[in-house]
Amino acid sequence: MSDTPVIPAAFADLVPFAGWALPTERERYNKRIASTMDQLQSFYDTLFPRLDDAIAHIDQFPLDDLPDDAKHLLWICCALVTVSFPVEVWRQARVPDSGASSFDAVLEPAV
Amino acid sequence: MPHFTKPDEGSWTEHYPELGTAPVSYADSISPEYYELERDAIFGRTWLNVGRVEQLAKKGSFFTKELDAARTSVIVVRGMDDEVRAFHNICRHRGNKLVWSDFPREETSGVCRNFTCKYHGWRYGLEGELTFVQQEEEFFNLDKADYSLASVQCEVWEGFIFVNLDPSNTTSAREHLGELGKGLEGYPFHEMTQVHKYRAEVGSNWKLFIDAFAEFYHAPVLHAKQAVADESTKLQSYGYEALAYGLDGPHGMVSSWGGMAPPKDPSMVKPIERVVRSGLFGPWDQPDIAGLDELPPGVNPARHKAWGVDSFVFFPNFMMLIWKPGWVLTYHYWPTSYNTHIFEGTCYFVPPKNARERLAQELAVVTFKEYALQDGNTLEATQMMLESRTPVDRFPLNDQEILIRHLHASVRRSVHEFQQQSAKTPARDRHEEMRR
Repeated sequence: MSDTPVIPAAFADLVPFAGWALPTERERYNKRIASTMDQLQSFYDTLFPRLDDAIAHIDQFPLDDLPDDAKHLLWICCALVTVSFPVEVWRQARVPDSGASSFDAVLEPAV
Repeated sequence: MPHFTKPDEGSWTEHYPELGTAPVSYADSISPEYYELERDAIFGRTWLNVGRVEQLAKKGSFFTKELDAARTSVIVVRGMDDEVRAFHNICRHRGNKLVWSDFPREETSGVCRNFTCKYHGWRYGLEGELTFVQQEEEFFNLDKADYSLASVQCEVWEGFIFVNLDPSNTTSAREHLGELGKGLEGYPFHEMTQVHKYRAEVGSNWKLFIDAFAEFYHAPVLHAKQAVADESTKLQSYGYEALAYGLDGPHGMVSSWGGMAPPKDPSMVKPIERVVRSGLFGPWDQPDIAGLDELPPGVNPARHKAWGVDSFVFFPNFMMLIWKPGWVLTYHYWPTSYNTHIFEGTCYFVPPKNARERLAQELAVVTFKEYALQDGNTLEATQMMLESRTPVDRFPLNDQEILIRHLHASVRRSVHEFQQQSAKTPARDRHEEMRR
């Protein structure tokens, strides 16, 4: 894989956010708390209106045999789920009142 | 006026008169001495859920489980005969931990045909039998048959694997789980093989986190910001009332309304939930499997139309949440000291058929995480102040907090019974008994 994960051509407007194509929830959450609200908002504002299209694109393929670009798009959609909390609810990257507590994924699906 | 019918006594708590209604003490959660009692009285002799059969997919599949509270580590393994067995994770030669990788305190898993000790290469078969001794001829009259792994009682109930560290235990795991367990039998747990598991080190006594998850009275307040503003205000003004509570032996359950799956008014939920069709109560669209339309009698026991989730507290440290849209969440609380424990939260879904279903599950899982992060942090604040032993040492509990009253009473009863038995049996006899 090159530095920038490949994403489907129809979603070229998401290229600036290809760094969100991270395979695990832990990585997605870490990127979220390392981001500014402006960065999160701009990612959300770009992908959210296209979420249904993105899902429809990925669902042209069987989930257990996704081409790489569709798999990256799915991970980016998963990242949108992670980012939706600060954007829609918290108005900050971290969960309020969560202090130093951590809650780490130790097992999650391969895709 | 309650929204949902309470028992004739006027409250759930008074329906179980042995609980009383007086303010309670949390002295059981702030002292090293009391925790030492719990280790022997509870964790050393109660059935503990250590995993699911799906973790042992093939013959030779194994995992280890650290049971600090019970002063041991166990190996759980599927034998060539497909039986699931458990052993103390200790080599019979010099006492080395038998199965571990890289870090002795970390759990591990894999598939093998035998367990080889890293220290001197002693080997054990999947049924615990000692099969190879390095330089056996150097030993003195060593009969390998005398040095099998020390077995641990192990039983499978509805696909959940339980161990009991007390060799003199005569109660089956199923009996231990009682009526609440029986009421769940037949639920399609085996279909829910898509697993997301989380782990957290929490700075509180194990019981305080169960307390946090065993009542929903806190939800409209602590998690107020998680709902859209109008909905949040409405939820707080209603407060919280469960559909039903049930207690059986040391176990308890709460049956709750809720779940916006889908909501009557889409503006009640967040934009992401509207698009992904999921939220705290799980994906809105029920998976297409058998067993979800005709639920076992223990699920939604009140058969209420507004039912959303049942939450079971199986003594001592295993909680199971069964959600209306057809998925399961389990919590385990593994004490590591009187004021620390490891929390595990595991989400079980029917494997998604497509990206839409996968994302719906992701939203449920991530929502759970956002809530749990808030809950976990509150606990450290509670532990700290309880430990300060300020003059405040009695705390009121309301009727919606009945499971907390019951948990602490069950712990006190177990410790008391154990102390009485210990007083009757001198310690030396007890150890002899353990050895047999």
